[in-house]
Amino acid sequence: MAMKFSENADRMDVRYVAGLARMALSDEEAARLQGQLDDILAFVGELKTLDVSGVEATDVATEARNAWREDEPAAGLGRDTALANAPLARHGQFVVPKVIE
Amino acid sequence: MSDYIPSIGLEVHVQLKTRTKMFCACPAHEEGEPNTTVCPVCIGLPGALPVMNREAIRKTVKVGLMIGSRISLRSMFDRKNYFYPDMPKNYQITQQAAPLCIGGAVEIEAGGQRKTIRVNHIHQEEDAAKITHMETTSEIDFNRASTPLMELVTEPDMSSPDEAIAFLTALKEMLIYAGISDCNLELGHMRCDVNSSVRPSGTDKLGVKCEIKNMNTFKGIHRALEYELERQAETLRKGGTLVQETRRWDDEAGITLPMRSKEYAHDYRYFPEPDLPPVVLDAATVEAWRAELPELPAVRRARFVKDYGLPEYDAGVLTADKAISEYFEAAAKKSKNFKAVSNWVMGELLRALGEKGQGIADAKISPEALAALVALVDARTINMPAAKDVFQVLFENGGDPAAIVKEKGLAQVSDAGAIDGFAEQAIAANEKVAAEYRGGKEAALMFLVGQVMKLSRGKANPQLAADALRRKLGK
Repeated sequence: MAMKFSENADRMDVRYVAGLARMALSDEEAARLQGQLDDILAFVGELKTLDVSGVEATDVATEARNAWREDEPAAGLGRDTALANAPLARHGQFVVPKVIE
Repeated sequence: MSDYIPSIGLEVHVQLKTRTKMFCACPAHEEGEPNTTVCPVCIGLPGALPVMNREAIRKTVKVGLMIGSRISLRSMFDRKNYFYPDMPKNYQITQQAAPLCIGGAVEIEAGGQRKTIRVNHIHQEEDAAKITHMETTSEIDFNRASTPLMELVTEPDMSSPDEAIAFLTALKEMLIYAGISDCNLELGHMRCDVNSSVRPSGTDKLGVKCEIKNMNTFKGIHRALEYELERQAETLRKGGTLVQETRRWDDEAGITLPMRSKEYAHDYRYFPEPDLPPVVLDAATVEAWRAELPELPAVRRARFVKDYGLPEYDAGVLTADKAISEYFEAAAKKSKNFKAVSNWVMGELLRALGEKGQGIADAKISPEALAALVALVDARTINMPAAKDVFQVLFENGGDPAAIVKEKGLAQVSDAGAIDGFAEQAIAANEKVAAEYRGGKEAALMFLVGQVMKLSRGKANPQLAADALRRKLGK
C-alpha cells in the first residue's frame, strides 16, 4: 500500500491520492503532478512558520450558523424528471454497471 | 472460552422518525415506488445545497440526553469520501471531528449481571440509496437516500454475544419510548457494524480488531459474534496471527468472510463540509429538549416495583413495551388490586393480542373495563372461569363488564338460601363422601364443593359453598 497522507507528513504521494480518486496517471503525468503537489504543500506549509498560539482555530469561513429548516415535506422532482438525465434507467430505477457486494 | 477474553464494540445506525429527509424536504421513510421521493439534493445533482432537518438534530440530541452524553453546543458536519453508486455525490455528509453528543453510557443486564456500557459518541449523518443487484447491472432507488441517521458508537465494553444483544435491546427500548425511531429491524431502521477482538486471559491490551459490517438482525449479530470470537480464539490457539480487517456475515453458511479491500475504502479523507455552517445550540434549547424526555424503561420498571408493589419480573414484562406499560398504569390507577391487573395484562391480554397478531392500540377492552373486571372478581360477584369468559367478550367487542355479567347471567350465586339448597342436594346425593368428611377426611369437602358448583351450573361462589357444606356437615 502506498504512503498515506497525514497532516504531519511533508509529502503527499500523488499516486496514492490518484488511486483514492480512481484516476489513472501515466508516469509522466504522475511526475509532473507530484512536482505541482509538492509546490502547493510547500506554499501552504509556510503557514507553519507563523506563531498562531493566540489565535482561535477557524474551521469555517462564514459567519452563518444553523442552516436548518422545520420538518415539513415538500414536493421533489418527480420520477420522470429525476431519471431524465440518467444514462440508463429501467423499472423506475437508475441503472449502473453491476457493483459486486 | 475461558482462555481468551472477548471485547465487543458496536456502531449502531438508527433511522430517525422524521417526516422529511436529513438535508432536503423530500418525505422520508416512503416505501413506495422507486425514485418517487427524490430531489436534486438527495440524488446528488451538482450545485444542490443541503439544508439540515432541525427535528433530526433535536432527536439525536435527545438520545444523547437520555444516555448522559455531553451535548456539543457547537458541532460540525464533515464529508466522508468514497465511491459507490449508493452515494452519487461521492461523499456522505456525516460528523467526524465534532459530533453532536460525546460520551454517555447505557445500563444493561445479561445473565443476571448488571453492567454499564460506555458510549464514545453519537453523530448525525445521512443514509445511502438502496441498490438492487441484477444479473449484469445494479439498480438504484434514491427514496432512502439522505434519510436521517444517528450513529451511536460504543466503547469495547461488552464481553459476550449476550451482552451485545442486551445492549441493543436496551437501546431499542429507549429509542421507541422516546419516539426517536420505530426501530423496525425488518425495515432497516436499525443496522449495526460489530467490532470484536479477543485477548489472552490475564492480559489487558485489546487484541486485533475485526469489524463485521452491516448486520440487521439481533439473531444474526448473536450468531456472527459467536462464530467470530471462536474463530479469532482458535486462530490464536493454533499459533496464528490475526489481521485487522472488515468481514461480512454469511447467514446461510453461518460464517464470516473477509471483504475484499476494494469494496471498502480505508481512507475516507474526511474534511469539513463546506456547504453547511456549524450547528450551534444554546443551553436553553437543550434544556427544553431535556424536559420533553419520557420516563425511561429502566426508571419506569423500578417505579412499578415501588409504586405498585409488583415483582421485578412483572415490572420487566410490563415495561418492555411502552404502550403496554401505559395501559397497565391506566388500569392500575382505576384499581385497588395492582397485582391482579398485572396478571391480567401479562396473561390473558398479551396472549389474546399475540393470537390476533394485534398491538395494544387495537385492543377493544379499555383499561377501565379491565380494572372493573378485576373488581368484580375481588367482590366475588363472578368467579375466575366466568371472568375469563367476560374478558373474551370485552376483548372482542369492548363494553362494560358489569353489563356483560348481567346479560350472560354469569354472576355467582352468593344467595345463602340458594347455596344452602345446593349443599343439601350435594350431601344427599353423596352420603358416602359426606361420611368420609365427617370421619376426618378433609379432602372430601372439595369433591362436595365441586358438586355444588355443578348443581349451580358453575355460578355458586365456591367459598360460600364450602362454608355452607361445613355448616351442614356439622363442623
